[in-house]
Amino acid sequence: MTLTTADQVPPADPLPATRAALASHGRTGFMQEKLPRLVTSLAAFVPMAALLAIVGVLAWKALPALGYNGIGFLWHTAWRPGNAYANPVRTGGVLHPVGASYGALPLVAGTLESSVIAVAVAVPVSVGAALLVVEKLPRRLSSTVGLFLEVLAGIPSVVFGLWGALTFGPFIARDVAPFVAGHMPDVPVLNFFRGNVGYGEGLLTSGLVLAVMIIPIVAATARDLLRQVPRLPKEGALALGMSDWEVARKVSLPWARAGIIGASVLGLARALGETMAVAMVSGAVLGTVPTNLYLPMSTIAATIVSQLDGAFTDGTGYAVRTLAEFALLLAVITLLTNIAARVLVRRVAGTALPIGRGV
Amino acid sequence: MTTAGAGAAGRVPDNTPLDLYGRPAWHRVAAGYVGWGACGLAVALIAAPLASVLWGVIGRAVPVWRWSVLTEAGNGQGGGLANEIVGTLFILAGVSVLAGSVGVLSGIYLSEYARGRTGAVLRGASEVLAGIPSIVLGYVGYIALVIALHWQYSLAAALITLSALTVPYIAKSTEAALRQVPTTYREGAEALGMSPLRSLRRITLKAALPGITTGWLVAMAISVGETAPLLYTAGFSDSLPSLSLTHSPVGYLPYVVWTFYNYPAKAFQSLSYDAALILVVMVLVLIVLARIVVAFTQRHTERN
Repeated sequence: MTLTTADQVPPADPLPATRAALASHGRTGFMQEKLPRLVTSLAAFVPMAALLAIVGVLAWKALPALGYNGIGFLWHTAWRPGNAYANPVRTGGVLHPVGASYGALPLVAGTLESSVIAVAVAVPVSVGAALLVVEKLPRRLSSTVGLFLEVLAGIPSVVFGLWGALTFGPFIARDVAPFVAGHMPDVPVLNFFRGNVGYGEGLLTSGLVLAVMIIPIVAATARDLLRQVPRLPKEGALALGMSDWEVARKVSLPWARAGIIGASVLGLARALGETMAVAMVSGAVLGTVPTNLYLPMSTIAATIVSQLDGAFTDGTGYAVRTLAEFALLLAVITLLTNIAARVLVRRVAGTALPIGRGV
Repeated sequence: MTTAGAGAAGRVPDNTPLDLYGRPAWHRVAAGYVGWGACGLAVALIAAPLASVLWGVIGRAVPVWRWSVLTEAGNGQGGGLANEIVGTLFILAGVSVLAGSVGVLSGIYLSEYARGRTGAVLRGASEVLAGIPSIVLGYVGYIALVIALHWQYSLAAALITLSALTVPYIAKSTEAALRQVPTTYREGAEALGMSPLRSLRRITLKAALPGITTGWLVAMAISVGETAPLLYTAGFSDSLPSLSLTHSPVGYLPYVVWTFYNYPAKAFQSLSYDAALILVVMVLVLIVLARIVVAFTQRHTERN
């Protein structure tokens, strides 16, 4: 036997070569090649079609509300369903109850603030844990931490909501928030951390519950990226006399930096769209921008889920259309965040990010 | 760093950072302790909420647990969870068939047939779809399927909405599993005279089956607990789900957790805790199954 074929460098994607070989073999009958290709390609177009349908349906439903609410929708704070008992009026061709007016600012602010808190807490924790798992812990222990992350990723968001409402929120209100609020100096910027701590439903609890929920995807991605750091630079650094902490801090971490930033943006996208848990711990207050950590608030996603029932009672359909506008806004925000994270990581790190919750 | 000194030689393997004279550099040693200590704290900050969530659910559900929740349907005074359990299993079975078939076929296309830009665009669309908030999917399902198609709250609307959420997971894991099958398998099958379809079915898919199964189990674990896509598509019902696909609402477990936990009556609160416990157990079972499949295959495949 000669070793010539084994010695050759394989082509980057060997499948086309295989397919070409198959094609030249005369086995490209309809049943063998074309039909499977057709059927599978139809299935592969389903996600694309679903995306288009989502944006299309939302735009179709939201368009009249979009016209009536106008661009000011983005910075108004009102949440007025209008008078359900008076005869509805028509403005610019859009039927709506008298005095109805909706603004997105409080919800956009609530969504962004809670998500930023979540990312600010989740990213350092995730990266620290990923460093320990990859650089220090023996295989057995790191597989245990992996199991933690999988279970955390698998726990349903209503269960997180239940935990946040009954266990974690009260814990924050009783043991954490009074301490923070009481020790914060009275400086303009830090006033965000001061205030009446309430009962544990609000911005801080929402942000922290979201942090727990996005840790799995950020930590699992960071771990996988850190595992891809090549051996040689690490060994070189060790040979130069670096300690294992310095290797982790000054070789591995910079190597994976772009990917970790991408993973954080992915976590942000997840936090922006998380619904049930936030709906259960946010306090569901509409129409005010949260100006300190402890105020009850709501997010776009949580509002859609909690207000749709009530929106059905608006006989003009205007409330449902406005919620469609909110859904469209949320879809666009998360779409852009997701795409940005993926493009960034693919360009800079050359790897693909995981999807969803990072199981 | 020189470690040539006679006294330093013994310290080389433990990798203590040294200064230029071969003495331990204590501030760098301390930095290591502080750094790894912070990382250890990070692991603790992941483990603690997990333990608290699990304990919170178990500690609430076990004291009020009665086995009849598994067999009794719900009623105005509380009752049991039989209708929700059956509903969740119905939804799970439907999603596993619908999202399973679409997802696996889609994964096959992306790995075996798609070339160049088409593949990249379709893959990107699938990844982005997985990032769409579940409530947005639920809302679209409500507008398009429940209202526009007049299906009302129904199993079919729930299945299609939830499948849109799970197809990307199954497609991605199928594609990854197929890509890991060595090209030599495909070439060997061809060399032995197998037809392309038969080779795909008997060789490639068979080799990728464990990976596909794992992804499918993970997707099932996710669909068990999803609430937002179902609230306005499946609706809710106190009676056992009927077999009709449309015009018949379905009860499911996450709804109970979300709605009953702040009812004043203790019977409803208990049901909410029980439902949360059942959900967590179902998710854990699915995750453990996925781990077993992975462990089993790792033992039975040769490493090269």
